[in-house]
Amino acid sequence: MASSIRVRATSTGDTTEVQALIQHPMDSGFVKDAKGEIIPPHFIQELTFEYDGKAVFVADWGGGISKDPYVKFAFKGGNKGDEIKIGWVDNKGTSDATTTKIQ
Amino acid sequence: MRTRPAIRFAPLALALAALVLAALVLAAPTARAADTPDPVADAKAFQKFYTQKFPKVKFEDFVNGPYSMNEDMHRQWEEKEQFPPYEFALEAGKEMFSKPFKNGKTYADCFPNGGIGIRQNYPYFDEKEGKVVTLELALNRCREANGEAPVSYVKDEMASLTAYMAFTSRGKPMDIKIPNDPRALQAYENGKRYFYTRRGQLNFSCATCHVQSPGERIRAEILAPALGILNAMPIYRSEWSGMGTTSRRFTTCNSQIRGVPLNPQDDEYRDLEYYLSYVSNGLPISGPGARP
Amino acid sequence: MRTLLLISGFLVASMAPALAASEADFKSAYAAAEAAEKEAGQLRNQWTTTEAALAAAKKSAAGGDFEQAVASSKEAEALAKASIFQATSEKERWKDMEIR
Repeated sequence: MASSIRVRATSTGDTTEVQALIQHPMDSGFVKDAKGEIIPPHFIQELTFEYDGKAVFVADWGGGISKDPYVKFAFKGGNKGDEIKIGWVDNKGTSDATTTKIQ
Repeated sequence: MRTRPAIRFAPLALALAALVLAALVLAAPTARAADTPDPVADAKAFQKFYTQKFPKVKFEDFVNGPYSMNEDMHRQWEEKEQFPPYEFALEAGKEMFSKPFKNGKTYADCFPNGGIGIRQNYPYFDEKEGKVVTLELALNRCREANGEAPVSYVKDEMASLTAYMAFTSRGKPMDIKIPNDPRALQAYENGKRYFYTRRGQLNFSCATCHVQSPGERIRAEILAPALGILNAMPIYRSEWSGMGTTSRRFTTCNSQIRGVPLNPQDDEYRDLEYYLSYVSNGLPISGPGARP
Repeated sequence: MRTLLLISGFLVASMAPALAASEADFKSAYAAAEAAEKEAGQLRNQWTTTEAALAAAKKSAAGGDFEQAVASSKEAEALAKASIFQATSEKERWKDMEIR
């Protein structure tokens, strides 16, 4: 099964720009289905990007984030070829992780 | 001698009748009804209308719909293209396309060139059947011909499959053909008529938004020009939080103007897709696409 | 006194039909609305609001409120008839909008 995380990191001078697209339903728990029943909450609670053993971006999410979230940020540092680790955990305890090399 | 009134007025009545007849005969050339369809002229006028209305938009950019309508929107489109939301569906579509049916055959067996790089030829007029065949219809027919149940026309598998097929045709110009067959011309005319006819309780036609008001807003949305409007199909629409096909857009557009939608792939929709695609001939396939 | 009783009796009797719509009233009003909507369907031009009014009529009738059911049926019939009118009046007018 393919990873739920699509990520690209590019180094420009002394900053690294990271973009990620994560496949996840991000159900808030407030929406009803066609039968009128609540779709139970199912969303990413913590998303972490690590570089050189340190967290460079941490997100604490709730049900307000849309389905298939897209994240873009930049951090100081990072060289071409270095690795970035990405991982998320959702409210059901499911998790996924992947790594990418800075381009 | 007293003449009867009717006889006295007879010459006047005759003269009046002659005048009326002359007026009708003179008026006939200005009546628009009986023209034979001229798709080539239509397409030319259609494209000219939009290029004149939006002289700063590059011709190929019309396929980006609302994103071509102003600079801010265009910047958003460029950013979105770096990490498009339709990527998951596209990948899924590629997998689905190559997965064999229970009988061992694949989608490739149903299509010319194995289904690769052919999206720009759809829809086409099937002379044996005497009707327009769209890509979505062809895909479900392929499934049924190989013992598989058809899938919903509006999303999920159909969206993923058409996303993949569109992707293999990216950049190729839309190339819809109207054979020299009166039934094909009629289908084209039907599509054109549907496009311009007002319907639904809100009394909108497709043209109301996409001919009269492209670049302007309907509530918070910027409206797309009709030129090239199907070239980016299927689309990941933020409003839907997911992918949708041409069928999805036609049916939801209908209900948005408070018209009960027809069934996906009903004749009217097939003909509408035929017309809209034909008048956008020459514009590149850009699917799958993303929209607000 | 007798006159008063007679008059008040007469008044009540004449008000009765206006107060109570029967199931029969609903059935005939709904049938008329349905027939009009069917015609609109043949013209391929039904409105979602007509369908909503028909559903509301059915729901009211199921709950025993025939007064409301008749009102909704009549609304549905009016909407259906308007959609039929639209289908016929717009049939040629599309040419006014056509890009030529």
